[in-house]
Amino acid sequence: MNITVRIWRQHDQAAAGRMVSYKVDGISPDMSFLEMLDVLNDQLTAAGDDPVAFDHDCREGICGMCSLVINGIAHGPEALTTTCQLYMRHFDDGDTIDIEPWRSESFPILRDLIVDRSAMDRIIQAGGYISAPTGSAPDAAATLVPKKNADRAFDAAVCIGCGACIAACPNGSGMLFTGAKANHLGVLPQGQPERHERALAMVNQHDAEGFGGCTQIGECTAVCPVGIPLDVISFLNADVLSALPRKTD
Amino acid sequence: MSTGNVAGVRSTAARSSVALHAAMAVTGLIMILFLLAHMYGNLKVFEGQQGFDGYAAYLREIAQPLLPHAGALWILRVILLASVLLHIFSAFTLWHRSRSATGGKGGWRYETTKNRRGVQRSYASFTMRWGGVVIGLFVIYHLLHLSADVIAPGGASASPYQRMVNGFQIWWVVLSYVIALIALGFHLRHGIWSAFASLGANKSVGTRRFLNQLATVVMLIILVGFLVPPLAIFAGWVS
Ligand code: HEM
Ligand code: SF4
Ligand code: FES
Repeated sequence: MNITVRIWRQHDQAAAGRMVSYKVDGISPDMSFLEMLDVLNDQLTAAGDDPVAFDHDCREGICGMCSLVINGIAHGPEALTTTCQLYMRHFDDGDTIDIEPWRSESFPILRDLIVDRSAMDRIIQAGGYISAPTGSAPDAAATLVPKKNADRAFDAAVCIGCGACIAACPNGSGMLFTGAKANHLGVLPQGQPERHERALAMVNQHDAEGFGGCTQIGECTAVCPVGIPLDVISFLNADVLSALPRKTD
Repeated sequence: MSTGNVAGVRSTAARSSVALHAAMAVTGLIMILFLLAHMYGNLKVFEGQQGFDGYAAYLREIAQPLLPHAGALWILRVILLASVLLHIFSAFTLWHRSRSATGGKGGWRYETTKNRRGVQRSYASFTMRWGGVVIGLFVIYHLLHLSADVIAPGGASASPYQRMVNGFQIWWVVLSYVIALIALGFHLRHGIWSAFASLGANKSVGTRRFLNQLATVVMLIILVGFLVPPLAIFAGWVS
């Protein structure tokens, strides 16, 4: 396959960026999207140019590092797929592919396609954990968890923290991520004592980071590589709203 | 959890986007209840002048003599006005936050011209804000026309029935009304679903489907209920 890529190049946070076109020839349809970029970078390096900086780590769809907006869609055209798990066979010979970084005012661009996603870490730090002492590992089945809750916790816990939801949201909202992280703890017995405090703290941090509010559009769920359901936002809203009027915890 | 100042956390959360959306949802639902009652009133036009003007007079007599003349109506008006103001305040605050979060560009912040409409968002969902502004402007014009009798296309009258019948014989009055109702239809299609989801009701795939169907049904009832009287007047069935 011979393709053209248009890539956002930006030297550092302060520099202005722009889209730059490159031709990449001899791509195998079995290459992953990131391997295609590796080929481009070999080409650039050989020509004495700066390679394109992009985030990646596991390359098997579990770490949440890869983060490219491909033709305007976070993680590209395939549903339930991270950028690293996207293959070139989903594109056609001769295609022009536009590649941009996640865009959110809360994600400063560090270089080219790499953005700083620490804002998401700070939301977790604000409450996405359990601090109630739970003792040593309990006997299996000593604490019963209804199947429904276990499933829901698992569905929410699979969030890999990539930030695609934020990149895709017309409001730049981080509520799908925040909802997933609050929800997987909030439906399990260990997460109950701090459930309401957690919801308030995480939502406050979400807003303090400058993310927008959720208007229930659902673009986030269309790009989420692990299929986090929109319900997690309603769960979080319900926890916040029921926590607001309480005088004590 | 080291959140320390619990009261501070609460007062910050009371200004969070979640709280503002809840305020917008509750006030939006109050406005919808009003719209349903208003629609019922409009349909009284088919009972003729006596029925319609009688209903208008009755609205001013509710709970009399417990309340003074038009007392109940004024209580409703104050609740409604407070809802409108809170709804608009929240809408603009959240609008501003979304713009700041996306460098002022919202869903159009990527250089590419591909997939500009996103993957699955609906037309209704991305016309909420400008559509809301259209509705707001229409409401002002509408009050000046049919409530305050300040502008009087077709001729002023002390009779609400006459004002309505006079007004809706003019094509552009009907047209502006229809355009505003279409804007309202889109606003309600997304708004009713969104309101319940903002309040925490969207808890399963089944509920999500139900809420979306509910939004469509309520939107259609309101749309048809409001469209029938002016169109009937325009067609000359009511005169
Ligand atoms: C008859 C009048 C109106 C009704 C019945 C109504 C109803 C609603 C409802 C139920 C919602 C959903 C709340 C939520 O997202 O949780 C909503 C949202 C909204 N309304 Fe209204 N509204 C009306 C007028 C207006 C006006 C005059 C404006 C003008 C500024 C406006 C602007 C908005 C905006 C911006 C949203 C937020 C949409 C979003 O962020 O998803 N609305 N409305
Ligand atoms: S909710 Fe989905 S899109 Fe958002 S951070 Fe988690 S895995 Fe990524
Ligand atoms: S590189 Fe780890 S998920 Fe894509």
